[in-house]
Amino acid sequence: MSVLDIKDLRVEFPGRKSVFVAVDDVTLSVDAGKVLGVVGESGAGKSTVGNAVIGLLQEPGHIAGGEVYLHGKRIDQLPYKEKRRLRGRKIGMIFQDPLTSLDPLQTVESQLLETIRTHLPLSRSQARQRAIELIEAVGIPDAPERIKQYPHQFSGGMRQRVVIALALCAEPELVIADEPTTALDVSIQAQILDLMKELCRERNVAMLVITHDMGVIADITDHVAVMYHGELVEYGETTQVLGAPEHPYTQSLISAVPRPDIKVERFPVVNYIEKAGTPQKQIDIATHWLGKARDYEKVSGPLVQIKDLDMQFETRGSILPSRRKYFKAVKKVSFDINEGETFGLVGESGSGKSTIARLVTGLYQPTGGSIRFGKTELTSLKNRKDVLAMRRQMQMIFQDPYSSLNARMRVSDIIGEPIKFHRLASSNAEVRQIVDDLLDHVGLGAAAGKKFPHEFSGGQRQRISIARALATRPRFLICDEPTSALDVSIQAQILNLLKDLQQELGLTMLFISHDLAVIRQMCNRIGVMRNGELCEVADCDQLFEAPQHPYTRELLNLMPSLELLSRANLATA
Amino acid sequence: MIGFATRRIVQAMIVMLVVALLAFTMFRFVGDPINQMVGIETSIEDREALRERLGLNDPVPVQFFRFITKAAQFDFGTSYQFRQPVSELFAKRIPATLELSFASAVFALVVGIPMGIYAGLNRESPISKMFLSVSLIGISLPTFFIGILLIFLFSVTLQWLPSFGRGETVQIGSWWTTGFLTISGLKALILPSITLGLYQMTLIMRLIRAEMLEVIRTDYIKFARARGLPDRLVNFRHALKNTLVPVITITGLQLGAIIAFATITETVFQWPGMGLMFLQAVQNVDIPIMSAYLMLTAFLFVTINFIVDILYFFIDPRLRVGRP
Amino acid sequence: MPFITNEDPKSAVPDSAAPVKEPGRIARLLDSDIFHSFLKSKVTVVAATGTAILFLLAFLAPWIAPHDPFDLASISIMDARVPPFWMEYADPRFLLGTDDQGRDMLSAIFYGMRISLIVGFCSVIAAAVIGISLGLVAGYMGGRVDAIIMRIADVQLTFPAILIALLIDGVAHGIFGSIDREIFAFYILIVSLALSFWVQYARTVRGSTMVEKNKEYVQAARVIGIPSVMIMVRHILPNVTGPVLVIATINLALAIVTEATLSFLGVGMPPTQPSLGTLIAIGNDFLYSGEWWIAIFPGLALALLVLNVNLLGDWLRDALNPKLR
Repeated sequence: MSVLDIKDLRVEFPGRKSVFVAVDDVTLSVDAGKVLGVVGESGAGKSTVGNAVIGLLQEPGHIAGGEVYLHGKRIDQLPYKEKRRLRGRKIGMIFQDPLTSLDPLQTVESQLLETIRTHLPLSRSQARQRAIELIEAVGIPDAPERIKQYPHQFSGGMRQRVVIALALCAEPELVIADEPTTALDVSIQAQILDLMKELCRERNVAMLVITHDMGVIADITDHVAVMYHGELVEYGETTQVLGAPEHPYTQSLISAVPRPDIKVERFPVVNYIEKAGTPQKQIDIATHWLGKARDYEKVSGPLVQIKDLDMQFETRGSILPSRRKYFKAVKKVSFDINEGETFGLVGESGSGKSTIARLVTGLYQPTGGSIRFGKTELTSLKNRKDVLAMRRQMQMIFQDPYSSLNARMRVSDIIGEPIKFHRLASSNAEVRQIVDDLLDHVGLGAAAGKKFPHEFSGGQRQRISIARALATRPRFLICDEPTSALDVSIQAQILNLLKDLQQELGLTMLFISHDLAVIRQMCNRIGVMRNGELCEVADCDQLFEAPQHPYTRELLNLMPSLELLSRANLATA
Repeated sequence: MIGFATRRIVQAMIVMLVVALLAFTMFRFVGDPINQMVGIETSIEDREALRERLGLNDPVPVQFFRFITKAAQFDFGTSYQFRQPVSELFAKRIPATLELSFASAVFALVVGIPMGIYAGLNRESPISKMFLSVSLIGISLPTFFIGILLIFLFSVTLQWLPSFGRGETVQIGSWWTTGFLTISGLKALILPSITLGLYQMTLIMRLIRAEMLEVIRTDYIKFARARGLPDRLVNFRHALKNTLVPVITITGLQLGAIIAFATITETVFQWPGMGLMFLQAVQNVDIPIMSAYLMLTAFLFVTINFIVDILYFFIDPRLRVGRP
Repeated sequence: MPFITNEDPKSAVPDSAAPVKEPGRIARLLDSDIFHSFLKSKVTVVAATGTAILFLLAFLAPWIAPHDPFDLASISIMDARVPPFWMEYADPRFLLGTDDQGRDMLSAIFYGMRISLIVGFCSVIAAAVIGISLGLVAGYMGGRVDAIIMRIADVQLTFPAILIALLIDGVAHGIFGSIDREIFAFYILIVSLALSFWVQYARTVRGSTMVEKNKEYVQAARVIGIPSVMIMVRHILPNVTGPVLVIATINLALAIVTEATLSFLGVGMPPTQPSLGTLIAIGNDFLYSGEWWIAIFPGLALALLVLNVNLLGDWLRDALNPKLR
């Protein structure tokens, strides 16, 4: 008998106009000691499955059909009190964000003790003993001392270990982990996944892992269920589903995952989910506005030269200079970017890669070093006219498609603003024409101009961002994690678009990402950053085949292995 | 802890200095102090002599320094209206205001906090909705009108409670008089303290409810529920304690506000406190009393805020223990 | 963030389902969630209607009031202290009775409400203009500018608004003397109310500005090269109006109450231009002699007005708060 059996589950969220069916007709089961992965993109209903099992659906959501069994006992219709007794005791839960999952005002010990003593008939000292053992089991050293501390005294990865200890403290039979590593860095992610896999085997716990990440699926699951728009499209053994996907959605989803091991020319177009928009209207760059006035002076040598760049932020202000504290975000970084190439910067959060992007675009003033663009030294520009001339030549695409567009402006105004501001068109009619062309060119169609940003999905918004960046006819484009907030299938489309635009317009790009696989697909040369320092700069293939710096090697080792994934549909470069 | 307290004390002193500067500016530049002190028949020479004697011809910074030094010793000059030292006038009236404020603060906290907790935890219950409607009426009725209504109902119509004054008071020590020890004193306290406390009570209730609703949405409360903790633990140990952190700050501010709002209540009930005196001073442009009142209330507010900050420090470990 | 992390029902609706034809502005407003939450809350609909009626009565007072309480020729001391219509000795000309000088209470209330509302609106606008500009500058510039503005705000916040208004009033009267008092009372009131309420706007706008300024659309505007003032006005300001609207509504209620309180205490509007507070102050003297209506009716009108505005503000706050939806 399986630990968890879900039969024909249907979850509904009644809305003002219609009932939204978040999960429909889902049947799954998990065995003891096994890990079942539920994978899907946003809106697939995967988290709802987990919440329905543990009985914590957000109002007004409710189970509208089907049955949930735990060890053969039906649990979806239990009264509130009995359901509550199952939580923690029989079913443990792990949330996504370890920074907000723990009560900031209680020590780790008191949170563990209250949970243990709620579920198990143990005395205070026995419970304390158990708490220390658990903390040791999840790999936190110095357990007797550490449990007396408050959550804010632990790092993100350590807090997620505490959360796991809390989920396991009454020996549940089933653990539901909802995106357990999404908020963590690659290196921490690998450790937490290892820990979860180990604990699951050791304690013979059934585990339900909900994730959007194929890497996590490939890494720790035995079985996988693929969800799309609330429905289960494919379900089977992980090796089977990933290696030989049957359903067209699974096939396109897998082919859209960027590979670190092979370089592809273009990502296969996934048109199962979101239409890639109207096909791009072919324009003749030689005569079109976008190609016009590319009268930038030719440079000999690299287009961008960064030398000994330094940046520090004040972390504690004080009237006395000796009491001020600084954080060095960027330390003596030097690299060049050649005209027409894509230079990649890769590193974990806090490595200083985004700071470099903001220094180059002039959003921050560096505390030391030089940035040369062509023949101009950017750090010493004073004249406003010169600054504007430089700004026009370099534009940036941001990470978060939901905050990078002003919600109160129409799309046509958002894209038209830089054109008007830099006086790149002679009349309002011309501005309108250019905006329409740009929207066509990024695959949205001119009609999109009349709408407001909230009417678009994440991927479409990122296209609007790209159109805005192109509106000043830049020669240098900085992309700061342009796809990390997007689903994989949308990510593939946006990366293809960027590749096309670069070739067409001869753009030079600085491409920043935490994802080595994406970097490999996009870049000619790559710099690896850690703690504000540049560890290694190498050609793309060389970096992946023969990494020099130990940190690069570590990063490459930590990458989830995607060898299980099917390689059909992929045209290698 | 010591560093934290010192920083707060320094900040409090800066606030007091700014307030003192304001009070001094008012004292020195609004109207001519000499004109207020002497009669019309005083000659110009006598006026000049007085001006010289009071040091009003000295450079302004010197005058300011003298003002602060005197204020620190509770010397605020002589009232224009009463021709008595301001400090003596205040000493007589401070007990009345503090007792009234204390009674209303207790009323506001004892009634407001449980109502807020209940309404926060049982968002949809009819009782919560009733609390909320009543509190909205409480916020909408101006304090002075509540006073008038209460007087009309309980003093004029029913004749149960007195409508003005403190009743009989008992002398304690050399300068404190209390109304807490006599029946008539306690009876006289009822209407004014309800009038004064009602607005703060509704405010505290609404604030706690709003904070509770915010906290209940946080991840750690959901995680506590997902661990199967009983509702009692989730609500009181986790939700309530986290609610307290912001609530204490605002409550501190509200207690300060009670002392200021006492002005209105004291006027309605002819309560012989310093608020009533301040109001008469405003009407008669009695600047020494105005500036003394400003400094005194500022001192009380700053003290309350300091205590609140220290409390904060004990509740929130993030302030107390640093990262390793 | 909702508990169903990735499953926001709205985002899951496929884009192709969007209607081809763009609905008009009004149609979209009528279909919006905010309008629906408005219709759903019956109390709010009642409050909105009540507010509209009271505003109309106040602003149309010169045309609809049965008497002109300021026309000395039509007032007769013979009509003084007439009780309201249901009591003995009532006079059918005066529905709610008369005050000690024979002025019709109903008309006096209409006119008083008019003055209360004008003072309220003017001071709210003045406070909002000061607060929003300082808040925007403080939040966007940060550093020393921010520190100075916010220190001032902090010091001021230590004192309740009523105390500040009282002080400013007292000082103003000291400067202008009592002769000019009647002429300037209106302006002094507005200034003292505006100066006591600007802090709330400044703090809120500063907070929102600091959030908005770090959002990527502002950074994008900076990368384009748009100057700071334009970014503040064109990009940030439209995005911080929600909370400002809520504060302004609640502040209107607060300004009306504070004005009434000041007038009641005798430092606001003079008896020659009575606001609701002044009327209550006049009536307060007759409470003990049995002529309760002179104080109670203006008081009820004031309470009704403030309650309606507060109800609207309360609903607006909940409707605009994305967390509570």
